[in-house]
Amino acid sequence: MAGHAGEKWNKYFAAGLFMTGAAVLLGIVGFFWTPYSTTAMSAAERFAAPSLRHLFGTDNFGRDIFSRVMKGMGTTIVISALVVLFSSGIGVLLGALTGYFGGLLDEAVMRVTDAVNGFPSILLALVMISLLGSGRQNLILSLGIVFVPSYVRIVRSEYLRLRDADYIGRARLMGVGKARVLFVHILPNVLPVLWVSLMIGFNNAILAESGMSYLGIGVLPPEASLGNMLSDAQGYLQSAPWYALAPGLSIVWLVLGFSLFSEGIRRRFE
Amino acid sequence: MKKKLFSLLMAALLTMAVLGGCADGTGESSGDNSSAESTEDMASGQTPGADPSTQAGESPAYGGSAVVGIQQDIDSLDPHLATAAGTKEILFNIFEGLVKSDENGNLIGAVASDYTVSEDGLVYTFTLRDNVKFHNGNAVTAEDVKYSLERVSGLLDGTPLISALSTIQAVDIIDERTVQVTVESADAELIYSFVAAIIPAGSGEEEGAVPVGTGPFSFVSYSPQESIVVKKNPDYWQEGLPYLDEVTFKIVNSAETALMELQGGTIDIYPYLTDSQAQTLRSGNTHQVIASPSNVVQALFLNNTAEPLDDPLVRQAILYAIDKEEINTFVGGGTGSLIGSAMLPTLADYYVDLNDVYGTTANVEKAKELLAQAGYENGFDLSIDIPSNYEFHMQTGEVIVEQLKAVGINATVNPVEWNTWLEDIYNGRKYTATISGITCDQTPGYLLNRFQTESSKNFINYSNEAFDETYLKAHGAMDLKEKAEYYKQLQQLLTDDAATAFLQVPGNMTAISNRLEGYKFYPIYVQDMSTVYVK
Repeated sequence: MAGHAGEKWNKYFAAGLFMTGAAVLLGIVGFFWTPYSTTAMSAAERFAAPSLRHLFGTDNFGRDIFSRVMKGMGTTIVISALVVLFSSGIGVLLGALTGYFGGLLDEAVMRVTDAVNGFPSILLALVMISLLGSGRQNLILSLGIVFVPSYVRIVRSEYLRLRDADYIGRARLMGVGKARVLFVHILPNVLPVLWVSLMIGFNNAILAESGMSYLGIGVLPPEASLGNMLSDAQGYLQSAPWYALAPGLSIVWLVLGFSLFSEGIRRRFE
Repeated sequence: MKKKLFSLLMAALLTMAVLGGCADGTGESSGDNSSAESTEDMASGQTPGADPSTQAGESPAYGGSAVVGIQQDIDSLDPHLATAAGTKEILFNIFEGLVKSDENGNLIGAVASDYTVSEDGLVYTFTLRDNVKFHNGNAVTAEDVKYSLERVSGLLDGTPLISALSTIQAVDIIDERTVQVTVESADAELIYSFVAAIIPAGSGEEEGAVPVGTGPFSFVSYSPQESIVVKKNPDYWQEGLPYLDEVTFKIVNSAETALMELQGGTIDIYPYLTDSQAQTLRSGNTHQVIASPSNVVQALFLNNTAEPLDDPLVRQAILYAIDKEEINTFVGGGTGSLIGSAMLPTLADYYVDLNDVYGTTANVEKAKELLAQAGYENGFDLSIDIPSNYEFHMQTGEVIVEQLKAVGINATVNPVEWNTWLEDIYNGRKYTATISGITCDQTPGYLLNRFQTESSKNFINYSNEAFDETYLKAHGAMDLKEKAEYYKQLQQLLTDDAATAFLQVPGNMTAISNRLEGYKFYPIYVQDMSTVYVK
């Protein structure tokens, strides 16, 4: 259903694709290979400044920061992707049902999403983590649940708009099944909006994951994640600024890349 | 045999290079990665005016205020109920016992000006000081002393609040200024337990809300999770002290915040700097940063009854796998002293160097061999619970995880909140391994008594009859040389049984704002603010 209108290749799209592509590639490679071990410590190489040997320098345990950024980037992207997948999956389903059928279910779901939206998302995720315990799966689960309402709202409003469209009415008259109407007839028309919110959601997930790991309740040390690296680096801001810069700039790079990418997509659909 | 307070102490001191005395029974320790003390030799020369009255040049000024950063919230304002070391370090300023510790680890008279011990060690006679007043303005009477001692010893209601003092059989008022205490069995270290706070007769539970003591500072307010404020006690019996009008103990939960607060000037004194923070601050020239050995024994505590650590071979394997030198370098910047058992090297007469038993560096071959012998050729999973507010322990955990990986043990760090740690791990003993620290409050025996099978503080569930017997012998020994010998045997037993992986006595980095002078380093875990003054 690629763009009919809009610019297929715009500079936002290109820049976004390049930035996210590079990050994702680095992350994927990081799962299989890193220049140095991400956990091996070396007393001799504590706080080495960035050099050809260690591109981003080394940290307080003498670990190569570039390797850890690669691994951390991968971890962050995978967690964010799963969070988006989880929350958008449920969000689309609930949004479609409530938007199309309305009624009591709609009322109930909307009030629940209102309630969830009423709390700052990080706070809510913190509460869930404290209930579930920290760790990777729980992080994905709790962030996933926190992000559901945003998708429900967007998808619901689109379904609300489209359910009375002529072509839907005709499809119904022809006796097309409800599930088919919902997901084959309407869903493709929701996609342009959904794409953009997915990208934004991805960004939010990256920031949330980093935030949680930074607070020490997401990915646990010694495993690398951009957030917990940033947290560790905090104590060495003045003595080893490169330690904080590497994960910090990586987060900026990722988020900026996805923002540009989503802007590019939006323009393509316009 | 009447002996003056000081002469008795001098005798004791002859045998101890540094006396960290402690006979406090309930006192708990907690995972303090670093505390604020030093031995006399370390601090001297660097200490900003160990004794302000002898400071050359400037004479201390009165007035002003100071803010001290502390690491954790307090557990009780009632001095007899407080068990966390982090609480006692503050209450030291509000309360005093019949005797109190000074910065050299000696006992000096506080509420009592003098005391004598009968030859058989069973009767203590305290002479009360004349001019001691409570913060509420009332003079301290023999009644108050009797009440306080009966309260802590359990004579009042059957529950001893400080277990070391449960040996007290009777407290008798001889006259207005003399109190006689009879104890069940002789113990040369018992006198250190008389640092237990003297509170007004009948005040009991009220102490928890509005603590009233005789210390240099009186209680003003307490905001949970935030701060404790104390103000100058104008009636303090030590002439000329304290200097400051007000001191705030501010709870700073993270080490990072502490650094920023120090730099921003919102806290003046912080005794728990990390190595890198110390470096940062030193370059700033706004603070004095002083290194001193702490009184904390840091260890990877192994639950002796939790599988697979109930197998001594597995525990030995872990001990062989750990590289203490590396931990010291990475986490303490090389300022710690490595140990092989539960004793501070600064307590030289009691300390026996057991570092060689398992080595200070990793012996991977040996560890693997022992694991294979125990039937864990392929290693096992080990979750290490660590109080997350202690950056020092958390980082130690990261290093240990990596070291254990080398021998095939798949360890993970599990950060737990401090209160959860106290409840589930320290008191509940529901854990396999944890990294924390135990502090030596007063006497050397304090570090060892917790490993008796029945001790309520034996959270590693260590059990060895020989240890229990030897401890009782040590406890009963009136001769300090003999006592030291027993203590050395106890350390040896702990090491031979691989009871727990003792790591190091971390060095301590204290930052003191340049605007303050007179901070004293203690060999015990206290923050004495009475001698601090504004330049």
